[in-house]
Amino acid sequence: MSDEITPYQMVPKTPLAGSAAADIREQGEITRRSFPVVLTAAWVALAAALGGMSAVLLRFLFPNVLFEPVQKFKAGLPSDYSVGEVDERWKDKYGIWIVRTEEVVYALITVCTHLGCTPNWLPTQNKFKCPCHGSGYYKSGINFEGPTPRPLERAKIFIDIADGQIVVDKSKQFHQERGEWTDPEAFIKL
Amino acid sequence: MANLRGLQEGIVNSQIWKSVFRVGIPNTNRKRVLAVLGSLILHLHPVKVRRSGVRMSYTWCMGGTSFFLFLVETVTGLLLMFYYRPTIEYAFTDIMDLREQAPFGIMREMHRWGAHAMVIAVWLHMFRVFMTGSYKPPREFNWNVGVILLVLTLLLSFTGYLLPWDQLAIWAITVGSSMARASPGAGNEGPMSGLVKLGDIRLIHAGDDARFALIGGRSIGAATLLRFYVLHCVVIPLAAGFLMAIHFWRVRKDGGISGPL
Repeated sequence: MSDEITPYQMVPKTPLAGSAAADIREQGEITRRSFPVVLTAAWVALAAALGGMSAVLLRFLFPNVLFEPVQKFKAGLPSDYSVGEVDERWKDKYGIWIVRTEEVVYALITVCTHLGCTPNWLPTQNKFKCPCHGSGYYKSGINFEGPTPRPLERAKIFIDIADGQIVVDKSKQFHQERGEWTDPEAFIKL
Repeated sequence: MANLRGLQEGIVNSQIWKSVFRVGIPNTNRKRVLAVLGSLILHLHPVKVRRSGVRMSYTWCMGGTSFFLFLVETVTGLLLMFYYRPTIEYAFTDIMDLREQAPFGIMREMHRWGAHAMVIAVWLHMFRVFMTGSYKPPREFNWNVGVILLVLTLLLSFTGYLLPWDQLAIWAITVGSSMARASPGAGNEGPMSGLVKLGDIRLIHAGDDARFALIGGRSIGAATLLRFYVLHCVVIPLAAGFLMAIHFWRVRKDGGISGPL
């Protein structure tokens, strides 16, 4: 250990001698010509890694399983509903009003088309009224007052041939303003 | 007295004292400068302060007040975390517990009123910076950092709004998060979102749009509460803290607080 250096000794140094740059140059691993290739590869690898991480981060925010009420449910027989009434039995559980008129049965989704609150059905005034900003809808779901820009949406509804029960499928919605309420899946003809 | 003097010298000459205060008693100008520059806490304060910088009528001290309120929110919020559980079973009752039963029920109110005060202080800070023209070059970068900090302040209030999990909270967030439905190209009702189609099927719908990712479902629920809790307590404070460090550092580098350059 004769060449041990005390803190007070000046170490004689020649420029670049023993430095990393000189080592690499001597070993010839990276030449002046191959350096841009290595640099590009490094940047591409970094960009790919960051891009992949960003994609993972973004995808992670979208859950695969939702702990929400099911979108599709059986709602009993058409005769369980009285003509001319808005039925609220599925409102809390599935977010659906079932309305039966003389000719048809349809399912309204209980989400205000203004900003997503849940309106109340006011039987005495014969209208849906949203408590958040006062949007009002007729029994049909057509808007007539307040800030909402369009009618309530209707859900897909049909009769299960096996047992004659009404099936409501909220995953398919029908917009009146797009002319979709005439779609045969938007109501049950009695 | 001799004993006291001896005790003082004993302390000041001890290795523990010297390991903390490296310079010794700052009795010369050089030592005073070294004492300031060698201390993390003291070096945060500028060496020189402009006369206009200490005039309250000029700065309103609203930037400092905003930061102070952020610290208040951090401390009170940290304490609230010892009692609050972000689940739909417990969130509301834990808030009731914090208000009625936990010691210092005012802690939750301080957090709430501090949040309101912080929003007001940040707006007034922005207004003052605008009125004194302090957004002009070379401070234009810092103005932009400040605008992001303003947005983060509002997002902190917005995410905190849901956590009491009462009717006001749920419907306020229902309404507020509905804005995400209108994001261009990312929300199911936003402009250009209808163009993303596979044949006749719209690819951006209520089950996979920007609002869905924000609230973790189609409607406000348990997933939303947990998401907003994490955003409120971890993600946004960290982002705001990082940007505040840049903001304060740039204030110094761009010529000190306010005042003409």
